[in-house]
Amino acid sequence: MVVFALIIINKAGGLIYQRDFAEGLNKLSINDYLVLAGTFHGVHAITTRLHPLHNHSPSSQSAIETRPDPPSGIEVLETENFRLQCFSTLTGTKFLLFTEPQQPNVDKIVGRIYELYGDYVMKNPFYQLEMPVRCESFDRKLVQYVRPLNSR
Amino acid sequence: MASSQPVKPPLASQPSQAARGSQPGLRYPSSGKTIYHRPLNRSRTQELSQASFAYLFGEMVSYAQRRVTGIQDLEKRLNVQGHPIGLKLLDLLLYREPPRTQTRPLHIIALLQFITTILWRHLFSRPADALEKSSNPDTPEEYMISDNEPLVNQYISVPKEMNQLNCAAFVAGIVEGVCDGAGFPARVTAHSVGKGEEGELWPGKTVFLVKFEPEVVEREVYLGR
Repeated sequence: MVVFALIIINKAGGLIYQRDFAEGLNKLSINDYLVLAGTFHGVHAITTRLHPLHNHSPSSQSAIETRPDPPSGIEVLETENFRLQCFSTLTGTKFLLFTEPQQPNVDKIVGRIYELYGDYVMKNPFYQLEMPVRCESFDRKLVQYVRPLNSR
Repeated sequence: MASSQPVKPPLASQPSQAARGSQPGLRYPSSGKTIYHRPLNRSRTQELSQASFAYLFGEMVSYAQRRVTGIQDLEKRLNVQGHPIGLKLLDLLLYREPPRTQTRPLHIIALLQFITTILWRHLFSRPADALEKSSNPDTPEEYMISDNEPLVNQYISVPKEMNQLNCAAFVAGIVEGVCDGAGFPARVTAHSVGKGEEGELWPGKTVFLVKFEPEVVEREVYLGR
């Protein structure tokens, strides 16, 4: 089981983090990663508008109690060699995790990575919102978490 | 106490005060007990959320960063933010000691041991990792307190262009406050030493350099006789 790479896209569609953890994917140029991030952001935005309509209850009272979840858009893209899991946070940041197609519990892994992001990026006073992530401790903790997963 | 008294009829001139007295909020908890109602010497179960502290400290660093001229200036400001905390903690922690040992430290070693054990345990729930005296004979007034992983720096990554900075300058300010309050005037600075082979294990290792004023060392010599 291998986790290949992680990409983080900010809510405007800009690439703010890209990191490879294992061999298996071809390396792209930084420009191509930027294009990939922007394109995925656009496709994701369109797919959120494709989702089927739900039957909304007409009374306004119950509408407050049960606010529907926002449409999720693309969650998984699968190819012969890898699987791309997209986790979109409530604030619109997207975490794309590239793994082997058979990798189990990808949602748990992404959840843990989100937690690390919340701790080591968002609590860092030197990080500017929506800007590329350059946090040494985030890199360190991320590798510390993913390396045992890959060697299992 | 204010909440146990009958609420005053709201006057037109002071509507905000009436609202404050009757509404529980952050400042006035719903139980009516503020931090001033708690007994001074009860220290168990007084732990705080590390996440909220991390956000608060992050904002303190951003605040200190405004209109600074350089890294030294920024560290000085963090130091100044910690200094009054140290002055107050000295009194509070001595008060909480058992009556037999409730005396102000009179020697440098006693003071530094108070800092590395009692103060550190109060602030971070563990003692400091090492206390050393400077081995250089030219600087007998220097002592070093090491912390392998300062709690205040846990979530902080200092950008490369500011690599001289260590945000534990705030903790250095607290230590300085304790020293000054105890009558041992000193300058305390924080230095990152998590580089090289040791950096693999403790990348955030920090040394607090305590530099006492010459008169403190002079007095120590007299006391030792």
